Amino acid sequence: MSLSPRKIMDFYVNGFRSMTLGKTLWKIILIKLIIIFAVIKFFFMPDYLHTRFNTDTERAQHVMNVITRAHGPGGKNLIP
Amino acid sequence: MLEQTGLELVNWARAQFALTAMFHWIFVPLTLGLSFLCAFFESIYVKTGKEEWRRLTRFWMRLFGINFAIGVATGIILEFEFGTNWSNYSWMVGDIFGAPLAIEGLVAFFLEATFFAVMFFGWDRVSKGFHLFSTWMVAIGSNLSALWILVANGWMQFPTGMAFNPDKARFEMQNFWDVLFSPVAISKFTHTTSSGFLLGSLFVISVSSWYLLKGRHRDMAKKSIVVASMFGLLSALFVGFTGDEAAYTDAQKQPMKLAAFEGLWKGQENAGLVAVGVLAPDKRPGDDKDPFVFEIRIPGLLSLLANRSPGSFVPGIDDLVYGNKDRGIMGANEKITRGKIAIEQLAAYKKAREIGDQAAAEGALQEFDAHKAYLGFGYLDSPEQAVPPVAVTFYSFHAMVALGTLFILIFFIFLVLTMKDKIEGQRALLLLGVLSLFLGFIASEAGWVVAEVGRQPWAIQDLLPVTVARTDINVGSVKTTFFMFLVTFTVLFIAEVGIMLKQIQIGPEGK
Repeated sequence: MSLSPRKIMDFYVNGFRSMTLGKTLWKIILIKLIIIFAVIKFFFMPDYLHTRFNTDTERAQHVMNVITRAHGPGGKNLIP
Repeated sequence: MLEQTGLELVNWARAQFALTAMFHWIFVPLTLGLSFLCAFFESIYVKTGKEEWRRLTRFWMRLFGINFAIGVATGIILEFEFGTNWSNYSWMVGDIFGAPLAIEGLVAFFLEATFFAVMFFGWDRVSKGFHLFSTWMVAIGSNLSALWILVANGWMQFPTGMAFNPDKARFEMQNFWDVLFSPVAISKFTHTTSSGFLLGSLFVISVSSWYLLKGRHRDMAKKSIVVASMFGLLSALFVGFTGDEAAYTDAQKQPMKLAAFEGLWKGQENAGLVAVGVLAPDKRPGDDKDPFVFEIRIPGLLSLLANRSPGSFVPGIDDLVYGNKDRGIMGANEKITRGKIAIEQLAAYKKAREIGDQAAAEGALQEFDAHKAYLGFGYLDSPEQAVPPVAVTFYSFHAMVALGTLFILIFFIFLVLTMKDKIEGQRALLLLGVLSLFLGFIASEAGWVVAEVGRQPWAIQDLLPVTVARTDINVGSVKTTFFMFLVTFTVLFIAEVGIMLKQIQIGPEGK
């Protein structure tokens, strides 16, 4: 079997066309991906350091502050 | 107030991560196990050329496809949670996890775009040999894809092959091979993937048992049971072997986890393994109360398990919290002192760098290097905080082991009776076969509870507690997303079960 781009394309197109249960599954996958990326990621789960800081230097500085700030005067932990 | 809010935030973030991971883990082990079972079924079809094996293969492949479709991408939410709820942790491990997760992503993408398509679209369109090759590639690729995730998890349990860069506040990979071949990573991979094979086998036995109880598709069900119980039996024995290895690596690298899942408070020579036990609920570190209300022990077995030596000493929770000079064990109390020095020197290094005092920076860095192995302990307020939730870890471990032993028996009995063609009359056994899938899920999830709850309070073992790994965000937003995920996952789960049950009801094509 020669593998021309046309044949590969036909393979996928025919495969998708002949799906029965697969069509339902693809719908679920697409809805799920939309919910995950367009809703959850976009509105509810931002990358904290990337939204708050512009450069890696700033991000490193912030994390360094957090992990050293924990050791307050007299050894008292400031982070619970 | 600050303390309470911080703990509430950590606990909600932990609950959210546990919810997502446990939901994701419903689908992953089935994918790992069913993919190989499909490859076995199809191999028999190609070898024998018999139509019934083709029908059987396509049926299980359909169920495999449903599970894959519903489960795919649920793991991505875990990565979002890293960035939102665990941003300090995420930043600190970015250099270590970048490579394994990128490889995982690439493997998954190419696998799904090529061989997965052939597996589902390729029947009668490509040669039998190429189709079989694709099915095997999906099975091998899915399991290799799991390798990289488990390597990342193994690193959190036993951070190796890295160095802390104080200028970037992150751990950087020094030796990829040390990370890949760390004993914890290898143990995690072998134990976890083989438990997936076990669960996949239970799935096939469960559905086939239901068919036999209903008197439907009897020939297909019996053929499926023979292959699944053989694969399941071998997998269950291997799970036991790798579980023993996992316990050994826990004893060497995470002794607190071992002490917690065995309910061992005072270290012992010739320590016995608790076969069955009920923990005393009010037992606390350092007190003299009896840790068990009731227990049956197998003498010497825990020492053998932990050190490969029956008479050897196994440290208990109290030894690890308060130290044991006679045994040369440093307690968490001493480690906290050293950890605080590490943090202090890190702060001094930072300050020296800011004012350009190179000599002071070098001096602070030297002191930090001398104490950095205990860095995480410096964030604890008391040595007792180094103890994970003992009851959850103990009961999860013992449920997992008891069920794992039961599965060996189930696979063996199903294999023998089906080979002798005596399985159909065994109604009680077939009911147990149907039920076994749910027991399999309990054991599988319990395994992760042991691994993850048992290593608390650490996000990175000994180096970073969850209280510092977290992001300083509003607890309300974490609660909101928790319930949002709960609803989303419930809907997806209902969809999975509904579609799966419908297809099982329909049965193999052509019937």
